[in-house]
Amino acid sequence: MTDNTTGTHGAVTQDTAPDGDRPLVELRAAGKSYGNIRALHGVDLTVHPGKVTCVLGDNGAGKSTLIKIISGLHRHTEGEFLVDGEPVRFSTPREALDKGIATVYQDLAVVPLMPVWRNFFLGSEMTKGPWPLRRLDIDRMKRTADEELRNMGIVLDDLEQPIGTLSGGQRQCVAIARAVYFGARVLILDEPTAALGVKQSGVVLKYIAMARDRGLGVIFITHNPHHAYMVGDHFSVLRLGTMELSADRSEVNLEELTNHMAGGAELAALKHELAQVRGVDTEGLPEEGDLQAPAAATPEGKS
Amino acid sequence: MSMAQQAEPAAVTPPPAPGPKETDGRTARRPLALRLLARPEVGVFLGAVAVLVFFLFAAPPVRDGSSMANILYQSSTIGIMALPVALLMIGGEFDLSAGVAVVTSALTASMLSYQLTMNVWVGVIVALVVSLAVGMFNGWMLVKTGLPSFLVTLGTFLILQGVNLAVTKLVTGNVATDDISDMDGFDQAKALFASSFDVGGVQVKITVVWWLVFAALATWVLLRTKYGNWIFAVGGNKESARAVGVPVTFTKISLFMLVGFGAWFVGMHNLFSFNTVQSGEGVGQELIYIAAAVIGGCLLTGGYGSAIGPVFGAFMFGMVQQGIVYAGWNPDWFKAFLGVMLLGAVLINLWVQRTATRR
Repeated sequence: MTDNTTGTHGAVTQDTAPDGDRPLVELRAAGKSYGNIRALHGVDLTVHPGKVTCVLGDNGAGKSTLIKIISGLHRHTEGEFLVDGEPVRFSTPREALDKGIATVYQDLAVVPLMPVWRNFFLGSEMTKGPWPLRRLDIDRMKRTADEELRNMGIVLDDLEQPIGTLSGGQRQCVAIARAVYFGARVLILDEPTAALGVKQSGVVLKYIAMARDRGLGVIFITHNPHHAYMVGDHFSVLRLGTMELSADRSEVNLEELTNHMAGGAELAALKHELAQVRGVDTEGLPEEGDLQAPAAATPEGKS
Repeated sequence: MSMAQQAEPAAVTPPPAPGPKETDGRTARRPLALRLLARPEVGVFLGAVAVLVFFLFAAPPVRDGSSMANILYQSSTIGIMALPVALLMIGGEFDLSAGVAVVTSALTASMLSYQLTMNVWVGVIVALVVSLAVGMFNGWMLVKTGLPSFLVTLGTFLILQGVNLAVTKLVTGNVATDDISDMDGFDQAKALFASSFDVGGVQVKITVVWWLVFAALATWVLLRTKYGNWIFAVGGNKESARAVGVPVTFTKISLFMLVGFGAWFVGMHNLFSFNTVQSGEGVGQELIYIAAAVIGGCLLTGGYGSAIGPVFGAFMFGMVQQGIVYAGWNPDWFKAFLGVMLLGAVLINLWVQRTATRR
């Protein structure tokens, strides 16, 4: 990936190298228990370069636990976790980063009052000069940040503006561009569209696609099946800590995905409950086993 | 976004085209004056000029060169401490023990040298170690316990205040230390910390030079080094800074130690200009330093500010303190004047920043 960071902008297809098919990250029947609470159990997940793997699930389904295992915050307690085909056990996020696994968290890890370029290089600043006079190489950092952002299709007039003045979507994109620049091969995005409006979500989805086209393996965590279906190559739905669905794009359509995501059976039960409440129109809600669930009926669709 | 709508409602804004384009088009270039006003130090610079002009008219003696040297001296003793206090504030914390820490440092150097009849430089070095240790303790307590710096340094403030008095009485049997002016190395140390030099017939204290040197150094560190970047980051958003690999603990502790260094320097100045130290002094000074930093445009909650702003902030303090005397007014008015000035400066800062950064 490192030799791909410059100049591949606009590349649509990835050259399939001999080991191009080997997954970057693979989980085999992985699980995690906190004491006697089994948060995650028997999860299989593969991340290939140039592919977007979507992990869907409602609150409490185990999405966060899954990210924490892959990003090195927690260790798995069962199954296997392989990076480049070799089993690993990370004890700090730093080790995951060194393997090229970068996580863009919901709070984005940016400092709102600091300029965009300072945020971009925060913690990994470029310097020049011998020690007592070692100083920031401001020109180079600004130029690099601008180039990298432009490669991702983000054009900012003024890199001196505090990052807090950017829109949520733009900030998200800067965080993604930063992860890509610092050598990420696998990008974990923790609900990047959760707090965004429709247009901004679109912008972020565009950059997810761009990161994918640059050859990164992307893990896109979301509870919005519509967003997932727009960019995803593979879909894994988590429910109550286990894998409910694992399917390639060719094997599943949006309605099925939505319904799995919403939990068709539970939704039907909910319909009966709602039917008791006067004034709630349950006509459009799905029957049990009905896979034609309209999107607006899912709890997530309303938000 | 809203600004773009208000500013150019008639302009045809094409939908964001995919692919690179030269400019974003949504951020109109601000006029230079507005961009300047958005800098943290510009508001206080204008304030300092206003106070200076006011006293130039109200108190004719101020126009004299030696009065100005005196005002600068007064400002420098506040300003040298206001600098590390400002850096610490940008780093998101403040230090209530800074005022009494100055006295602690001076007492340590004075009593150690005198009681053990050693070269004063031994006392000076030990005082530096003690000051840095106090700063380190503050920072270490803060990062280990996660308590707010208000509580931690309030504790240190009370401890040091008590220790200053009690130990001094215990050792010297008095509330002040003995005169050390005839001890070995005193003249050397005085030359470094408390001498004066001649500029066109006006005696200027060396602290003024140190003040400006430190300010230049602090500005460079803040804007041009990794460490400066880290200071803004830990004050702006500690968790984010940690997540991208900024050594938060190191930055916070070293900032407190920097305040310790400042306290040592000012303590040594006080010791070598007055030869003795009053153990009960220093209380209340910490608020003056904090006020100078805030007037200087540093955000009390951290993440924003400059090193030059507090220079002007300290100058305003020195100017008012001496200006009232030169104007022949009752010096009792000083504190009231300061309060008004603080509020005024903060309001002007707020207004200037809102005007200049309105989106």
